Amino acid sequence: MQTDLRDVLWLSQSETVSITELAGLSGLTEAEVRDLVDYGALAPTNAEDGQWIFSANCVVTLRRACRLRSDLELDLHALALTLTLIEQINQLEAEVVQLRAQQPRRREK
Amino acid sequence: MKFKDYYSILGVERGAGDDDIKKAYRKLARKYHPDVSKDPKGEEKFKDVAEAYQTLKDAGKRAAYDRLGSHQPGQDFQPSPDWGRDFGGQFKDGQTSFDDIDLSDLFAQFGRGGHAGRGRANVHMPVPGEDFEVTAQISLEDAWRGTQVALNLSVPEYDGQGGMRRAARTFQARIPKGATDGQRLRLRGQGGKGHDGGRDGDLYLNIKLHPHPLYRVDGHDLYLDLPLAPWEAALGATVEVPTLAGAVHLKVAPATNTGQRLRLAKRGLPKPGGGEGDLFAIVQIVMPPELSERERTLFKELAESSTFQPRGHFPRETANAN
Repeated sequence: MQTDLRDVLWLSQSETVSITELAGLSGLTEAEVRDLVDYGALAPTNAEDGQWIFSANCVVTLRRACRLRSDLELDLHALALTLTLIEQINQLEAEVVQLRAQQPRRREK
Repeated sequence: MKFKDYYSILGVERGAGDDDIKKAYRKLARKYHPDVSKDPKGEEKFKDVAEAYQTLKDAGKRAAYDRLGSHQPGQDFQPSPDWGRDFGGQFKDGQTSFDDIDLSDLFAQFGRGGHAGRGRANVHMPVPGEDFEVTAQISLEDAWRGTQVALNLSVPEYDGQGGMRRAARTFQARIPKGATDGQRLRLRGQGGKGHDGGRDGDLYLNIKLHPHPLYRVDGHDLYLDLPLAPWEAALGATVEVPTLAGAVHLKVAPATNTGQRLRLAKRGLPKPGGGEGDLFAIVQIVMPPELSERERTLFKELAESSTFQPRGHFPRETANAN
């Protein structure tokens, strides 16, 4: 089976998704996405615009948080907190990767 | 069908109340949830725990499970004809044959059928295919040129009667040029097949790069240690540096220090939207493991004639600190 490149979505900072797409991909309703934005757990890239769009790299984080919500029976406030913490962990992990890459490897004698 | 003891999986007595079951589940879910746990077996353990809870938290499913009786975990068993008669109607098309079906799949379908076909409308409810999330391990070279990977997954499949079973399937997925470590991709419609008109699920790929003996990866940038002899660092040199696209010549300026980063623009990984990351060569001044007589003499001569004071700033900084 060949992958049609039009069917590949890069879940990275450079790609964006609409609020409808984000809701569909993460398993939330659009109203819940709006609530998460209100709680400050999620930020559209165009906050002042009526038609919100989001960076595609939040899809994975949101799906992860939603799995935790359904498996651990969390409410939307706990989901918002979980999202914030996952985002912090992601940033710290990215920093660790960057620092490790810049660190010279110990040379074997 | 293999028996699973849902009560012992949750660590509760058979007569445990709903609250105790919920409490036991939450405790184990926090411990083993694959999104939280670092335990390599966490996902497997969590699946068992979740499966046990999904059945025991529902009064109807729990009653049906209890009526299966108690067997040794892993033991092959068949529900009695009575059980099929009493509960078979709970399944799509009143499933009464339980050969070759997993206990979890059996209870996942429970309640979908309604009694004796009155729920015919349900049979044609569109059911979307499952989304799969898979980690694809590829080499740095494959990420650089794009590649195709074969992924082995266990997927649910439905027979003509709506019965479900798991089957091993191999998926071919193309990873386009531009992926890097930690990159996520969504391949639309390449997950589980939908049925009764439901959409096909998606395949989410998590790209992991195998560690490379030479390069370290940060996003689309690459880092490489560049060992230099002391005289190359002192006098400057033109050295050959390997890149993914082949070796290039790099000019090292005189008086280059350890830790200095030399940038080779656009020699990193390609980016999905076009353009490339950079390759950084990090200078490391290295000594020959053993000095020949001649080298020792030359270094001695250098030591005697040089006025360089590498630790000249120590007294000054110490004074400043006080």
